[in-house]
Amino acid sequence: MNALAALFARDIRLAIRVGGGALIGVLFFLIVVTLVPFALGPDLALLARVGPAILWLGALLASLLTLDRLLAIDHEDGSLDLILTAPVTLELTVAVKALAHWLTTGLPLVLAAPFLGLLLNLDPTATGAVALTLLVGTPALTFLGLVGAAVTVALRRGGLLVAVLVLPLTVPVLIFGVAASNAAIVGPLRFGTPFSILCGIALVCLVVGTLATAAALRHAMD
Amino acid sequence: MALIDLANPSRFRALADTLLPWLGIATIVAFGVGLDQALRAPDDYQQGATVKIMFLHVPSAWLSMMAWGLMSAAALGTLVWRHPLADVAAKAAAPLGAAFTLLCLVTGSLWGRPMWGTYWVWDARLTSELVLFLMYLGVMALWQTIEDPTRAARAVAVLTLVGAIDLPIIKFSVDWWNTLHQPASVFRVGGSTIDASLLAPLFVMAIAFTLLFFTLHLAAMRNEIMRRRVRTLMMLQAQAAGGH
Amino acid sequence: MRLSGSDLACFRGGRQVLSGVSFVIEAGEALLVLGPNGVGKSTLLRLVAGLAPRSGGTLALDGGDAELSIAEQTHYLGHLDALKPSLTVDENLTFWSRFLGGGEGTQAALAAVGLAGIAQLPAAYLSAGQRRRLSIARLIIIKRPLWLLDEPTTALDAAAQAQLAGLMREHLAGGGLILAAAHGPIGLAAAKELRLGGAQ
Repeated sequence: MNALAALFARDIRLAIRVGGGALIGVLFFLIVVTLVPFALGPDLALLARVGPAILWLGALLASLLTLDRLLAIDHEDGSLDLILTAPVTLELTVAVKALAHWLTTGLPLVLAAPFLGLLLNLDPTATGAVALTLLVGTPALTFLGLVGAAVTVALRRGGLLVAVLVLPLTVPVLIFGVAASNAAIVGPLRFGTPFSILCGIALVCLVVGTLATAAALRHAMD
Repeated sequence: MALIDLANPSRFRALADTLLPWLGIATIVAFGVGLDQALRAPDDYQQGATVKIMFLHVPSAWLSMMAWGLMSAAALGTLVWRHPLADVAAKAAAPLGAAFTLLCLVTGSLWGRPMWGTYWVWDARLTSELVLFLMYLGVMALWQTIEDPTRAARAVAVLTLVGAIDLPIIKFSVDWWNTLHQPASVFRVGGSTIDASLLAPLFVMAIAFTLLFFTLHLAAMRNEIMRRRVRTLMMLQAQAAGGH
Repeated sequence: MRLSGSDLACFRGGRQVLSGVSFVIEAGEALLVLGPNGVGKSTLLRLVAGLAPRSGGTLALDGGDAELSIAEQTHYLGHLDALKPSLTVDENLTFWSRFLGGGEGTQAALAAVGLAGIAQLPAAYLSAGQRRRLSIARLIIIKRPLWLLDEPTTALDAAAQAQLAGLMREHLAGGGLILAAAHGPIGLAAAKELRLGGAQ
C-alpha cells in the first residue's frame, strides 16, 4: 500500500510541476470549444442544441492528446524498467497511474465544462447533465487511452497514433455520454437510461483498460 | 541613465526598487480620482447605471492589446538587439496581458447580459478578445514548458511576433464572420458615440489602469530576475557539490 | 544462494542476440561479463532482470525467495537513471525506496554517495556523475540479493569508482551476488569472467 501511495503522490506531483500541468488540457478544451462557433456561425440556438456534443468532443480530444507522454516518459528515462522489477502488481501500478492522471487532467476538464457551457449558451440543466456524464466518461477515456499509450510506448512519436488507435474504441462512451446529456435537455428518453449504460461501459473500460495496459507493457519489454 | 545601463539586472533591480513605491502611489491616486469621477458621472438613458462597467471594460481592452504590443517590442529586443532584459519584460507581460484580457471578457459579458439575456453571444469584439486570451495562455504555456529561459525567450519571441502580425487579420476575419451571420450588430460596446460627460472619467480610468499595469509589470520583472538568480545559484550549488 | 543460467538464448529485434550462454554465480561471488560493443552484454543483464525475452535455456535463482520472481530480487542498474528532473534528489530516492520496498533512511544513503548537501535540489541540475551516484544510492537503501550492473563505472570519477567498489565488496561479503557488464575491470579483484563474443 505504501508503494502505491508513493506512486500516486509522485505522479500527482509530477503532473503539477511539469510544464503547466493539468491546465494545458483545459486550455486545449477551451480552444476547441472556441473554434466550433467559427465553423458553425454564432447562432445561439444552434450552439445550444449541439453544445453537449461539442463539449464531449472537446473533452474527448483533450483527454487523449495528453495521454501519450504518460508512459513514454517512464520508458525513456528507464523508470519503466524499475517498475517492472517492483514487488507491486503491474495492474495496480497501472490503475494508480491512470487515477493520478485522471485527477490532474480529466477532472479539470469536468470542472471547466460548466464555464464552457456558458460560452455555448447552455442552460443550467444541460450544463449539469454534461458535467455529470463527463465525470463518469472521462475516467473511461483515460483508462482506454492508456491502452493506446502502452501499445505505442516504445515508439518515438506516439502522439497522433495513440489517438487514431483509441478513438474508435471510445465511440460507445461518446454515444451514451451525449445521449444522456441530450436526454436531460430534450428527452424523450429519461436521463437515467443512457446514463446507467454509460456507467456500465465506464466500469468495463476501467477493468479492460487496466488489464490490457499491463499486458501491453509486459510485452513492450521484448 | 542609458538603456544599456538597464541591461544590468542588478542595476535594474535597484531602479525598480526606487520606482515601485512611486508608481504604486500614483496608481492608487489615479484610481481614486477615476472611480470618484466614474461614480459621479450620469447614467445612460438606455442602459442605466450598467453603462459604468465601461470604465472597467474599455481600459482593460486597451491594455490587453497594449500588453501584446509590449511583448512584441520585447520580442524584437530579444531577437534583433539581444537586449538581456527584453525577455524578462516579455515574460512578465504575458500573465498581465492575459489577466486584463480576462477582465475585459468578464466585464463585457456582465455588461451585455441585461441586453442579451445571456452571458455570452459571439459578438465580434468580444470574440476577438477571446481569441487574444487564448493566445496569451498559449504564450504562458510555452514559457512554462521550455526549461531554459534563454531558449524559451527566443521561441516565445517568434510566436509573439507571428501573433502580432496575425492579430489584425484575426480581428478582420472575426468581424467579417460576425456580419456574415448577423447582419445587424446586436450590441455595440460603448454605444454609438461616447458622451463627453463620460469621456473624462474614461480617460482618467485609462491612465489609472495603465499605471497599474506598469506597476505590476515592474514588480513582475523584478521577481523574474530574482527567480533566475535562484536558478543560477542552484546550478552553482550542484556544481560545487562536486564529484563527477 | 546461487544464480545459474544454462544455455540462455535471446532472440529480439529480428536477430539472435544471445545463444548458448551459461554461467553460475554463488553467494558472495561476482561475475564480470566482458566483450566488444554490441555482443549482447546488456541484453544478458536485461534477460536476467526479466526485461528481455528468454527464447531458450533456463535461469534459476536457488535459495532466493520462492514467492518473488527473479526480477523482484534484483537491482537493475542500466544506462538510464530513472530520475525525474522536476523532483528533488531526495524525492527521487524516497520514491524508489518506497516503491521498491526499501528503507526510510534516504539521508544516510545520500550521504554515503556524497549527495547529502544537494538533497533538496531538483534532479535537473545534476551532472552525469551525480545522477549515476544517485542511482547507486538506490542500491544502498533497498536491499536485494542480486545486483545487475551495466557498465556501472561510466561517468564516475576515480573517487566515486573506488567507493562503488567498496559498496560492491560489502554486498558480496554479505552474501550478495553481482552480475556486471563492463569493458574492463571495475575494481573487483576476485571477479570471475564471462567473455561473450565470437560467432553467434
